[in-house]
Amino acid sequence: MTELQGYLLLSALLFTIGLAGAITRRNAILALIGIELMLNAANLNFIAFWRFGPNPEALTGLMFVIFSIAIAAAEAAVGLALIIAIYRHYKSVNLDEMNNLKG
Amino acid sequence: MSPVFLILALVTLLSAVAAISFRNLVHCSLSLVVTFAGLAGLYLQLHAQFVGFAQVLVYIGAVAILIVFAILLTRSADTPNHAVLAPGWLVGIAVAVVVFGALGLAILKSEAISKKVPAAPEATVKQIGDALMNQYVLPLEVIGLLLTAAMIGAVIIAMRDDKEAK
Repeated sequence: MTELQGYLLLSALLFTIGLAGAITRRNAILALIGIELMLNAANLNFIAFWRFGPNPEALTGLMFVIFSIAIAAAEAAVGLALIIAIYRHYKSVNLDEMNNLKG
Repeated sequence: MSPVFLILALVTLLSAVAAISFRNLVHCSLSLVVTFAGLAGLYLQLHAQFVGFAQVLVYIGAVAILIVFAILLTRSADTPNHAVLAPGWLVGIAVAVVVFGALGLAILKSEAISKKVPAAPEATVKQIGDALMNQYVLPLEVIGLLLTAAMIGAVIIAMRDDKEAK
């Protein structure tokens, strides 16, 4: 197994853990934590391919990760604001209780 | 496989598993901080210093704190007495395992992954700044706009509704 494959397998495991957390837990905040883990796994992939791939001097993978971190920050802010708004409405963060489209 | 990589990978994976399996949400968010720190260490191992420090600043400094604030504001810091897993959690685990199987098979069987390890690339902050100001100046402006819009949107979504307050 090469070093790149080690990093890719680690990133795949991290993605799997995030996916399992996002779809098996009832709490909305835990689902968001799972999504953050999946985003981080994708970032690790980009960095690993940049380091071990051809033409690392082009900095493409690095730039992608920098922009992806900025988008993840925006996503976390909006997601948590949504959770707070939903908590104010339902008095709960349990995803199973949010089964009503009409406000 | 250097020992540093193995230790960092172990720390990252164990804390990630802890972050999604603790019953208490505060413990989950603290484990998440360890996961982010482990990933920052891995980025430093991969010679991506700038991204490693950006990871520490943005994820440990901002995202983890935001999650703690959300736990505080939704009053979910206590350990829940009821079940914490969704009803179909076994199916969820099965789906995750299938996804990992597909990814792992693709990684291990791929012919495209070259066997030789190239020399460590140089990515100084000066080079990154040059690239951001020349080649990537339009995406940078768009990201600035997106962050402003997200900030205003988050404030408006979380703001108390006047009609509701009356």
